[in-house]
Amino acid sequence: MTTVSSAEHTRRDFLYIATGAVGAVGAAAALVPLIAQMNPDASTIAAGAPIEVDLAPVTDGQIIKVFWRSKPIFIFHRTQKEIEEARKVDVASLPDPEPDSERVKQGHDQWLVVIGICTHLGCIPLAHQGEYDGWFCPCHGSQYDTSGRIRKGPAPRNLALPPYKFVSDTKIQIG
Amino acid sequence: MSGHSTYQPQSRFLQWFEKRLPLGSLIHSSFVAYPTPRNLNYLWTFGAILTFMLAVQIVTGVVLAMHYTPNVDLAFKSVEGIMRDVNFGWLLRYLHANGASMFFLAVYIHMFRGIYYGSYKEPREVLWILGVIIYLLMMATGFMGYVLVWGQMSFWAATVITNLFSAIPGVGDAIVTWLWGGYAVGNPTLNRFYSLHYLLPFVIAGVVVLHIWALHVAGQNNPTGIEPKSEKDTVAFTPYATIKDAFFMGVFCIVFAWFVFYIPNFLGHADNYIPANPAVTPSEIVPEWYYLPFYAILRSIPDKLMGVIALFASIVVLAFIPWLDTSRVRSARYRPLFRQFFWLWVIACIGLGWLGSKQPEGIYVILSRIFTVYYFAFFLIIMPLLGIFEKTKPLPNSISDSVLGAKA
Repeated sequence: MTTVSSAEHTRRDFLYIATGAVGAVGAAAALVPLIAQMNPDASTIAAGAPIEVDLAPVTDGQIIKVFWRSKPIFIFHRTQKEIEEARKVDVASLPDPEPDSERVKQGHDQWLVVIGICTHLGCIPLAHQGEYDGWFCPCHGSQYDTSGRIRKGPAPRNLALPPYKFVSDTKIQIG
Repeated sequence: MSGHSTYQPQSRFLQWFEKRLPLGSLIHSSFVAYPTPRNLNYLWTFGAILTFMLAVQIVTGVVLAMHYTPNVDLAFKSVEGIMRDVNFGWLLRYLHANGASMFFLAVYIHMFRGIYYGSYKEPREVLWILGVIIYLLMMATGFMGYVLVWGQMSFWAATVITNLFSAIPGVGDAIVTWLWGGYAVGNPTLNRFYSLHYLLPFVIAGVVVLHIWALHVAGQNNPTGIEPKSEKDTVAFTPYATIKDAFFMGVFCIVFAWFVFYIPNFLGHADNYIPANPAVTPSEIVPEWYYLPFYAILRSIPDKLMGVIALFASIVVLAFIPWLDTSRVRSARYRPLFRQFFWLWVIACIGLGWLGSKQPEGIYVILSRIFTVYYFAFFLIIMPLLGIFEKTKPLPNSISDSVLGAKA
């Protein structure tokens, strides 16, 4: 048997590469279901449909906690004093600058609706605690103000706002 | 460097078998005739202890899996059922839970030993990196096992640790949702952690085989850090190393048994006897003791992404020390400066562990930052520079010279 010099490209080289390429594409395609199966399944997504919350029983200064998509949602009925506290601060001085007016729905200044998950590592902050009358996270000491904005501690962002709208003056739909 | 095998099976059956699969001579050359340095101290018994602990964890774990239910409504109850109803369930679970702590205790001693005596240096780099991989797998396995109990600490540990990945810019949130299989830690998360917690120990066992293989190719390091030169420098693995390993394994088991039978919950956290509640975060959450130093490093940095990077870097940096350490002398015994910096580093590690259990405020934050800086400086600044500036002590001519005293 003589050995074929590999210095020049042969049709066999082409076949090797083409076979390898088809195999690689097949292996990558096989990974798709293996990876996708770990994402939320149909029942989890279905259970994440919008919910309605009646605000009438929530009194001045009270914070209630409801669950939407397994996440706690804080609904804060703010007093006049708490709204003023949130508004008088110099927005530019905040770690994540955002005016209070952009965090509530227009005409519903007393209602703050935020996702109750610390933006640091996902703990649930404690209400009416810390130096800013908002929330204090017991895990790593982040503090949020009456607008749910980060003021102190390791959390990088303000408490997130869930998608919601006012269906009536005393009812909101989250989701 | 496997020993010359003189294995000669006596029985006809073993001779017949040996011709078809030479298992006997593999075992004989690896664990009987294998030459080990004659000066190994008790710190070298931890390899055997770790192998034993892996076996304990696999055996007790497989048995516990026969009684455990990975479902958010039943997991906590099934664990309590193991404690109260299953015959000897309390013993099996306490062995498994404290076994994890003993496993980590042993691996930390093993790693400190490796760093002190320069066991990561040429020609043992691959051996060392395999060890770092085993350690990473152990951390993942231990974490997921802790979640399975589904108490308050389990749930919030799962939440905090998975949220570390949300620090990744851009794709972080998508990755976290993918890890959870939902919008928060929940049943899909528990199920997949159970599956992986069962799988990973066998992956560890596989890497352990590679680790031991690499060890037997390079040969064991020893307290002098110089290679055996003649037959006078070594003794046969059996009986010398076998008996020494077995004796110290017994001593180690006394400590293990003391935890299991006298203070089985000392290393745990009381809050993990409260069933998981996604609505309430416990007032203080701390990881298991063996993760505390890394937790302190995470918390010492005020920026989320940088904190997470520092956490992972503190482990990954270990894989690079064969090249970060520029000194050609292996053992700290002959490196007076390295020895001092090493012990300071051990103090920093233990200090970080202590700080990880404290609330992140005041002096604790400042101390964590000092120790974190030193932790990294030890690897990234001190190790490279010492190799250039340190004046090392003269090395003995051979291992037997150092043991018996040079007579020339």
